[in-house]
Amino acid sequence: MIKRIKTNKARIKDQLFKYFAMLCTGLCLLVLALLLIDIISKGIGRINWSFFSNLPSRHFDESGIYTALIGMVSLLFLTVLIAMPIGIMAAIYLQEYGTKNRFARIVEINIANLAGVPSVIYGILGLQIFVRIAGFGNSILAGALTLALLIMPIVIVATREAIKAVPNSLREASFGMGATKWQTTRNVVIPAAWGGILTGVILSVSRAIGETAPLIVVGALVYVPFIPEGPLDQYTTLPIQIFNWTSRPQQGFITNAAAGIIVLLAFTFLLNGIAIWLRNRWNNKVKF
Amino acid sequence: MYKLESKNLNLWYGPKQALKDISMGVDANTVTAFIGPSGCGKSTFLRCFNRMNDLIPNVRITGQALIDNINIYSRNVDVYEHRKSIGMVFQKPNPFPKSIYENVAYGLHIIGENSKSIIDESVETALKQAALWNEVKDSLKKSALALSGGQQQRLCIARAIAVKPSILLMDEPASALDPLSTAKIEELIYNLKKEYSIVIVTHNMQQAGRVSDKTAFFYLGELIEYDNTSKIFTNPSKEATQNYITGRFG
Repeated sequence: MIKRIKTNKARIKDQLFKYFAMLCTGLCLLVLALLLIDIISKGIGRINWSFFSNLPSRHFDESGIYTALIGMVSLLFLTVLIAMPIGIMAAIYLQEYGTKNRFARIVEINIANLAGVPSVIYGILGLQIFVRIAGFGNSILAGALTLALLIMPIVIVATREAIKAVPNSLREASFGMGATKWQTTRNVVIPAAWGGILTGVILSVSRAIGETAPLIVVGALVYVPFIPEGPLDQYTTLPIQIFNWTSRPQQGFITNAAAGIIVLLAFTFLLNGIAIWLRNRWNNKVKF
Repeated sequence: MYKLESKNLNLWYGPKQALKDISMGVDANTVTAFIGPSGCGKSTFLRCFNRMNDLIPNVRITGQALIDNINIYSRNVDVYEHRKSIGMVFQKPNPFPKSIYENVAYGLHIIGENSKSIIDESVETALKQAALWNEVKDSLKKSALALSGGQQQRLCIARAIAVKPSILLMDEPASALDPLSTAKIEELIYNLKKEYSIVIVTHNMQQAGRVSDKTAFFYLGELIEYDNTSKIFTNPSKEATQNYITGRFG
């Protein structure tokens, strides 16, 4: 008899917990939905072709995101170009070559910590090293180097995870044929981990795409009337353009900001979508 | 002269001794089976001959392992070159996530073969020898991972023999396969004997009895008995061997 009562109590608690968890989930979704509805209702009317093709202007209805968009794409392109090879190489070294000793563990913990450092710290670092000491000024290059530092830990961690997931039996098969470590890494490990590596890189880009603080520090918060033509030109990016607009008093600029946010969200959504698609495709193709 | 030989071979994993003073020789063009309970050192011993134990940290080896009378642990032996002359097949089929063709051609690329026609020819020969050609000849471009487990293992055998090694080391090659696939692998081993010296580690004593000419029984890191397979299975001279093959332990 005693046992039965206990079971019933546990069942009630179980139900209560389920509804509580549901409530929490619902709350999160509700906030997100409200935010999205607010942004979309404000900004969707502003999105048309001229919004994408216009240069920034003093008049809100003539103002567009052309320079910010080009600036953002070039910045991200350069960031990936810098962070991807270095991050992947570092991960390969740590995972395949480095000995597993105390020093390696310290490095590992530090990389994980670096991924959690507030981004504005990277901005300050970039300002000193790239903008001032290296003398790149408020250029795309300085911004890209700063963002590359920011996403490097994410690329390294993701690449290491992808490499770790490659079963050892494949390495053994390759070594058994007389392949060297580099031949094994290049011909077997990297191709097998490539889907995971790319997923990590894309996710890191979708992190970088929304970064504003470090770019403000390295000098992207400037009025740039023309599109950048080289890596040493001045630039601005979409999040900064949005930041800029939201600090204006006129309602028209707020509408512009909302429209900019929609575009930015669409970009992030797209990148994450590609990452998920890649991961699924890779999982289906490579079942170890 | 033996094809493979070990002289007073000892191996430690850290402080734990896994192989104790093993001396034995394997003749060319024979099949030799290593049997014994789990953890007895038979796989470890097998992997000494292509120096796969080098990949494990904290392994220490004393004594000699010889192939064609050359100690492969001597200083002037290049381990990568050495492994190219020995084929290995593992317990679980481990094809690369590449096409069937690329899997078999892998070793040829590693030894530096660039001629397309030679590679094509070698791939075909290896797949025929591994009794897989008829099943895959129209789908060489397909992923090796789409093959069944038994086919994958035969593909791994093809991959190992494509570079024409003189020795084939097999570490429980049929333990993950169904009986039909196992029978195919065993038939294959029998046919490959003409060209290769084969050493096979197996848990399955019937298999050892079916495929091998000589059998070595290992227990707790020691080589207990090594003799003709027929003798080991009908009239072993050591009590431990007798107990193991009759299923009293292991």
